[in-house]
Amino acid sequence: MHRFANPNRFLKLANALLPWCAGLTVLSLAVGLYFALFDSPPDYQQGETVRIMYVHVPAAWMALFVYACMAAASATALIWRHPVADLVAKSAAPIGAGFTVICLVTGSLWGKPMWGTWWVWDARLTSVLILLFLYLGYIALVDAFDDPVRGQRAAGILSLVGVVNLPIIKFSVDWWNTLHQPASVVRLAGPAIHPDMLWPLLSMAIGFKLFFVTILILRVRGEIAAAKVRNLQLSLAGH
Amino acid sequence: MAAVADYFSMGGHAGFIWTAYLVAAVVLIGLLIGALHHVRRNEARLLELRAARRGVPDGPGEPAA
Repeated sequence: MHRFANPNRFLKLANALLPWCAGLTVLSLAVGLYFALFDSPPDYQQGETVRIMYVHVPAAWMALFVYACMAAASATALIWRHPVADLVAKSAAPIGAGFTVICLVTGSLWGKPMWGTWWVWDARLTSVLILLFLYLGYIALVDAFDDPVRGQRAAGILSLVGVVNLPIIKFSVDWWNTLHQPASVVRLAGPAIHPDMLWPLLSMAIGFKLFFVTILILRVRGEIAAAKVRNLQLSLAGH
Repeated sequence: MAAVADYFSMGGHAGFIWTAYLVAAVVLIGLLIGALHHVRRNEARLLELRAARRGVPDGPGEPAA
């Protein structure tokens, strides 16, 4: 039972947090959507299409944040052999990939009316596409071995190598001339965005973050059960 | 009525804006359904196996969680 000591403690905490995370996700997304769609002004340059920002930008933040979480969990698993950390990394990957898909598709839908093109191979767009491939590579690799520990180790190393892509994405708009606009919220001089647009944006961002935590808890619970199933099957097969 | 139609037309960019929100909703709901399915399948399998294990007469036995 020693092996399960940690996961069981995790489960206790996770199950206590789950209803709060789920409820607050619904609340902040409802508030965010109301302001994003009904009670925020059109942009003076971009008109109504600026409303795409309220899903595009939080999804982009989450695509990076989830990757950072996944890499940190992988590092924890590789260095300290923490049994839950591997499962956290594995559970985060499909969620991060989902946010990256939202980011790329909504960006494309925003680019067509504003830039006149669905896609350009500029630094920001290309580096986010590479992020999606890193997520997909991780998802493929983690289940590619019969022994889940080997898969988690290989995929964990891939995720750590991919961390180099995060600053490239963040600073791509400063380092290279891109069609993509530079940061207007997270910058040293403070947000260059009107509060009427900032609040719905932040509310959606909090909603996305809580959504991530909710789904992560559910998936890790599933992974812990799957790991216990594997161990039980091994001990039953021993008879 | 005209105001509602005007709202949904989103300044002539309705196709782009509503599609963006629809895609986001589909992906997020898909992640939720996938996660619920994942946790239910594995937890059901675990209960099944624990029951089967209790059925083994001379097994070491594991206290139910």
